[in-house]
Amino acid sequence: MPIKRTLSDRITDGINLLLLLVLSFVMVFPFYYITAVSFSSYQEYMNTELLLFPKNWVLDAYRFIFDSKEFIRSIGVTVYITVVGSIVSLLLTSTMAFALTRRLWGQRFYLFLVLFTFIFGAGMIPTYLIVKATGLIDSYWSLIIPDAISSFNLIVMRQFFMSIPEELNEAAVIDGANDWQIYTRIILPLSKPALAAFGLFYAVGQWNTYFNAILYLNDPAKWTVQVILRQIVILDDAANTLASAAREAARSAHLPPPETIGMAAIILATIPILIVYPFLQKHFAKGVMLGSVKG
Amino acid sequence: MATTSVEASKTVIERKKAPAKSLATRLFRERYGFLLLLPGLLYFIWFRYVPMLGNIIAFEDYSPFKGFLHSDWVGLKHFKRIFEDAEVIRVLWNTLWLSFLQIAFAFPVPIVLALMLNEVKNQRIKRIIQSVVYLPHFLSWVVVVGIVTIFLKTEGIVNKGLDFAFGMEAIPFLQQPGWFMPLIVLEVIWKEAGWGTIIFLAALAGVNPTLYEAAIVDGANRWRQLWHITLPAIRGTIIILLILRLGSVLDSGFTQIFLMLNPFTMDVGNVLDTFVYFKGIQQSDFSFGTAVGLFKGLVGLVLILAANKIAKKFGEDGVF
Repeated sequence: MPIKRTLSDRITDGINLLLLLVLSFVMVFPFYYITAVSFSSYQEYMNTELLLFPKNWVLDAYRFIFDSKEFIRSIGVTVYITVVGSIVSLLLTSTMAFALTRRLWGQRFYLFLVLFTFIFGAGMIPTYLIVKATGLIDSYWSLIIPDAISSFNLIVMRQFFMSIPEELNEAAVIDGANDWQIYTRIILPLSKPALAAFGLFYAVGQWNTYFNAILYLNDPAKWTVQVILRQIVILDDAANTLASAAREAARSAHLPPPETIGMAAIILATIPILIVYPFLQKHFAKGVMLGSVKG
Repeated sequence: MATTSVEASKTVIERKKAPAKSLATRLFRERYGFLLLLPGLLYFIWFRYVPMLGNIIAFEDYSPFKGFLHSDWVGLKHFKRIFEDAEVIRVLWNTLWLSFLQIAFAFPVPIVLALMLNEVKNQRIKRIIQSVVYLPHFLSWVVVVGIVTIFLKTEGIVNKGLDFAFGMEAIPFLQQPGWFMPLIVLEVIWKEAGWGTIIFLAALAGVNPTLYEAAIVDGANRWRQLWHITLPAIRGTIIILLILRLGSVLDSGFTQIFLMLNPFTMDVGNVLDTFVYFKGIQQSDFSFGTAVGLFKGLVGLVLILAANKIAKKFGEDGVF
């Protein structure tokens, strides 16, 4: 049935769309501004009242960051943790999620153990003490193991595995396959898109890790990119070597000011997310919806 | 057909008759399943449940040298401190006030945004706007707080803009206690509002379009359709999410607050999560920090169970 649109309908739609566009602008503008200023020169940043578009684009801030060991090292650390952490998380989550779809002895109890963590967590200090007792302090594994499984992802993945037709499992069982073979030969190959999506979720989580890094890593040489980023952008204090060195250098040699360096650092720390975002976006809505179905 | 079902029920009865023999055989038969379960199960026991037991140090004067088996048992001493210490009371108050602001201002935004997106008829424009509003969810809090810091510094673009347009003196947003909570709520809205729409949009996609056609025939305008069809369609989802939100009134999001806090805003901005960190980890007052954390967790547990029960009383589904 064709719905006739009245004038007031059109006005409502117009205002609605306008508001949404304003909102989208609010979401995008910070990125634009930070990118633009990160490419501006020292003089221009200092002398322009409202810098929205640099006249000459320079790479000083980026050059400075790539020359500094700390930032590059933190990127290396974070890449390592992201890759290893995502693989470990995927392995642990998918094996357990699959096992929870099998009618194992005590299955309801294991499921309860997982679901209970949704409403009650152990708390920061006992968890910290266990991580310490495990001997993970100052080890990169402290960023990977203690949060290796997200209960939410686990439940969503289990839900996904249960949507795979039971007949396939039955046929495999008749052919003499055990659970391990079903997992490796049927479930994993059929779940590649889901595994990719969860892998990306875990990877974004690892890339953004901040809290665990300050909690478990005392050695500044091991800090992740988010910790270094906080030092540069948010603290910007004298105790922070990179920013204060930048300030000194800027004063003496007209090098890039710490402000543009901070912006360049934000851009560099965000680029990996922007790269995987289109892939993420394809999968996440479905993933989130699966999770809302009760297990 | 009839014979097979009789046979099937026979085997069920036989299985029930012989449980003693079956457990060992059954565990052996399922050994590969258990092999797959084991790593995850060990993870949950060691990193989620052993720490829950570790909460007993809240009832001790825990000393790392004595270990938690040999530290002195002090009963409820640390819990009494929670209610006698003026600092904790203030921190508790900050936490509740922030939660109230979040529920009042941040919670409704995804609902309104989803309703607005739902009215966009052009699918391509709708998808583009969605991609844009989802994006901030994937940024780290360090990046979000970093952007806010850059924008709101005394020499940042906001102050420059205010000076440019109105000739105003620079406002030290990040140091003024009065701006702390509004900024926290605005950051949450900026980062999570778009992401929060997903679940409401899905609920809205499930509405039967014939309902709208019938309403139009009955002469309902757009606002009446919104009121009588669209809103009732997402009422259940709103209530479930509100229950979950109520269960976490004492959770303030450690990272965001921690990153926003500075000596000027400590009085108004310190919340239970950050307090536990400062006390427990930085000052090594493990038992007191644990007591505050446990108190927080238990209140959350009670709240979520109560809210769920109330929702069920009012004829809604509830979460469990």
